[in-house]
Amino acid sequence: MSSSTIEQLQQDLHPPLTRHEALVESDRCYFCYDAPCVTSCPTGIDIPLFIRQISTDNPKGSARTIFNENILGGMCARVCPTETLCEQACVRNTAEDNPVRIGELQRYSTDHLMQTGKQPYTRAAETGRKVAVVGAGPAGLACAHRLALYGHDVVIFDAMPKSGGLNEYGIAAYKTVQDYAQAEVQYIVSIGGISIKHSQVLGVDISLDQLKDQYDAVFLGLGLGAVNQASVEGQDLEGVVDAVDVIRELRQSDDLTTLDKGRRTIVIGGGMTAVDAAVQTKMLGAEEVTLVYRRGVDRMNASMFEQDLAKVNGVMIRTWLQPKKILGDDGRVTGMEFSYMHDADGQYVSTGETLHIECDRVLMAIGQQFVAGDTNDAIELANGRIQVDEQKRTSDKHIWAGGDCIAGGDDLTVAAVQDGKLAAESIHATLQE
Amino acid sequence: MADLSSKFLGISSPNPFWLASAPPTDKEYNVVRAFEAGWGGVVWKTLGEAGPSVVNVNGPRYGAMYSSDRTLVGFNNIELITDRPLETNLTEIKRVKRDWPDRAMIVSLMVPCEEQSWKDILARVEDTGADGLELNFGCPHGMSERGMGAAVGQVPEYIQMVTEWCKLYSKLPVIVKLTPNIADIKGPARAAHAGGADAVSLINTINSIISVNLDTMSPEPSIDGWGSHGGYCGPAVKPIALNMVAEIARDPQTANLPISGIGGVTTWRDAAEFLALGASNVQVCTAAMTYGFKIIDELTSGLSDWMDEKGYTSVDQVSGKATPNVKDWQNLNLNFITKAVIDQDLCIQCGRCHVVCEDTSHQAITQTVDGKRRFEVIDEECVGCNLCVSVCPVDNCITMDTLEDEIDPRTNKPVVDEYANWTTHPNNPMAVSR
Repeated sequence: MSSSTIEQLQQDLHPPLTRHEALVESDRCYFCYDAPCVTSCPTGIDIPLFIRQISTDNPKGSARTIFNENILGGMCARVCPTETLCEQACVRNTAEDNPVRIGELQRYSTDHLMQTGKQPYTRAAETGRKVAVVGAGPAGLACAHRLALYGHDVVIFDAMPKSGGLNEYGIAAYKTVQDYAQAEVQYIVSIGGISIKHSQVLGVDISLDQLKDQYDAVFLGLGLGAVNQASVEGQDLEGVVDAVDVIRELRQSDDLTTLDKGRRTIVIGGGMTAVDAAVQTKMLGAEEVTLVYRRGVDRMNASMFEQDLAKVNGVMIRTWLQPKKILGDDGRVTGMEFSYMHDADGQYVSTGETLHIECDRVLMAIGQQFVAGDTNDAIELANGRIQVDEQKRTSDKHIWAGGDCIAGGDDLTVAAVQDGKLAAESIHATLQE
Repeated sequence: MADLSSKFLGISSPNPFWLASAPPTDKEYNVVRAFEAGWGGVVWKTLGEAGPSVVNVNGPRYGAMYSSDRTLVGFNNIELITDRPLETNLTEIKRVKRDWPDRAMIVSLMVPCEEQSWKDILARVEDTGADGLELNFGCPHGMSERGMGAAVGQVPEYIQMVTEWCKLYSKLPVIVKLTPNIADIKGPARAAHAGGADAVSLINTINSIISVNLDTMSPEPSIDGWGSHGGYCGPAVKPIALNMVAEIARDPQTANLPISGIGGVTTWRDAAEFLALGASNVQVCTAAMTYGFKIIDELTSGLSDWMDEKGYTSVDQVSGKATPNVKDWQNLNLNFITKAVIDQDLCIQCGRCHVVCEDTSHQAITQTVDGKRRFEVIDEECVGCNLCVSVCPVDNCITMDTLEDEIDPRTNKPVVDEYANWTTHPNNPMAVSR
């Protein structure tokens, strides 16, 4: 039986390592040459070096090594799917199927330095150049920090009342407890030269033309503004909601006991958002939570670790079920009907059988999409998202972009940070010309 | 099960593992616990002359050096000889020997370099029924400043003189414990032999400062902000001790002098190595002080199992087995050629072999093969140095292969199955003809 409770929502999924634990774990790192973990980190953190610095009791130096490549290293230590990134590449997997706990070690160091409140950097002399960053999520913050470091002035515009983007609004509470997203933003902007303007929606309160006019360069870290809509009958019934809205509501709630949790909830989807929503719903106290995915577990975007986390918390995972119909009574959802699916020689087809699951709540987590809005016509898109080059520059030479809003991305916090960092380097180089 | 019983200088003990003269053997309580645990014998903590006893510092007296997982690899102390009254020690020694007649009871001694001082204490030790004497000429701190311990051990003439006194005034076997804090261990060993010593034991601790507190700038262990050099021991000193044991064992002048091996013995393997290089038994201290007396179970079972596997039926058969193979460098076979071989099935791809070879040695290990991360030995460059084997984290992943009947790809010369050393090598200006 699951012992998930509302208290767990506010507790760390992985409690921080103690100094002793960190020293013991850091000793397991082999200090590999051209280390596979580094190659697997989208931001290329020098992992063997930061771990060695922990083992020599220099957590401050260790944190500097991390922040050099990833100023959101603290959040990434919490939310990165390390089991599919650095830790998957750890040679200890080959040796004994047990990688060095890189993510937890990274948190140990970054927590240490952040608790001092001190930046390991000194900002360069002010250049007098101004850059506008749209979006105070991971990409925008990383870009802003690097530009500020080089002495440029940065103004961040964000549509929401708080900074942080998905770190603040879109990630399970147990991954980032004690208002960590806000603490991290404060830490990042403490470099100086960064101001943030909230509730500024691009295309409403500010325009791209205006920003191009008033700033020497513009970076767009817009994220994804809309959720994918399933074309399932009954999706307008009361009780059918978007998982991202549920997570946002939960993260901003002052009293978790008042939140609607449903008695029997179905979550549709197979990604991180689906798992975050399902597990949190269970922790809130829903009696039954069933996560339904249309294909096999191997195709789920949620990692095996995330899937296990869901199971441990009592979430039932069901696969090869395609939503057919959302059933309702008197305008309220009462259940769902699914088609059993299978793989027939590479063809995804129905078996002809159906399954009925009763529920009083349906959370849709079938992906998000980019809303072009004000950027429409101004810059070129690819596959519905902003097209950028290697340096994260868009078709407009004054505009760079990064994070989930660009084409070809990984939809990961750590990937967004790398985009922002690369864009900042490119902007800096351009401003120096 | 192999017979581990030992008869060192005619002194019987059920196994060749004695506890060295040190804190674990300072009093009856500890020694009885050791015997209950199964230790073969003890060398009682060094006794000084009658009268007011020495005093120890009242702050920390030990310090440690760790590997990064906090395994203790080196240990350091500034403790002196026993600080309990002579009478108390003698009474306890007598009682323990009476209660444990099958265990070896050796008494360690250190008194001023005066004939009368030695004569006085020798008579009293004999009264206890102890099996033998060990002369502490090794303690490097505290006592040496008073003309005892290492101060004697560093002067061969003193060693010989005191040994002679002991042989003159006592009928007990005399073991001379040697200090490693000298240039050549053979001198003190020869002096002990000349003085009539029945055996030598080595090594005592090495002069050391184990660490410095970087906040207070005090050497550690810190006594009110100051520190003093102490005696270093533990696993890290084993290689130094092994060499010194071998030097004495293969010195024609001392070749037949029995040796009690001391220095970092922690596992049965360490003990077997000391025996192989010429020791007849071993003494242990740091391992017991790190893990407690129970390690004797691992030491005895490990040694016995290994002896069974190799067909040795007594400890004496092992003793000195490797001594003839210790040579001076100039006699090593220069026609013996090896190449490293990496077992790709065991390789975990850490790349350490590549980078150390590339950075610090012979550029003989690939980083990539056909564009993929893969570590292979380049035989044309490999000099067989063994660095890759030394740093590889996986046991047996990299091994050294001996070339036979083939061309060495590095030199393009055939491997010759013929012994040839530096003394006859054409590059040696002092070469002698074969």
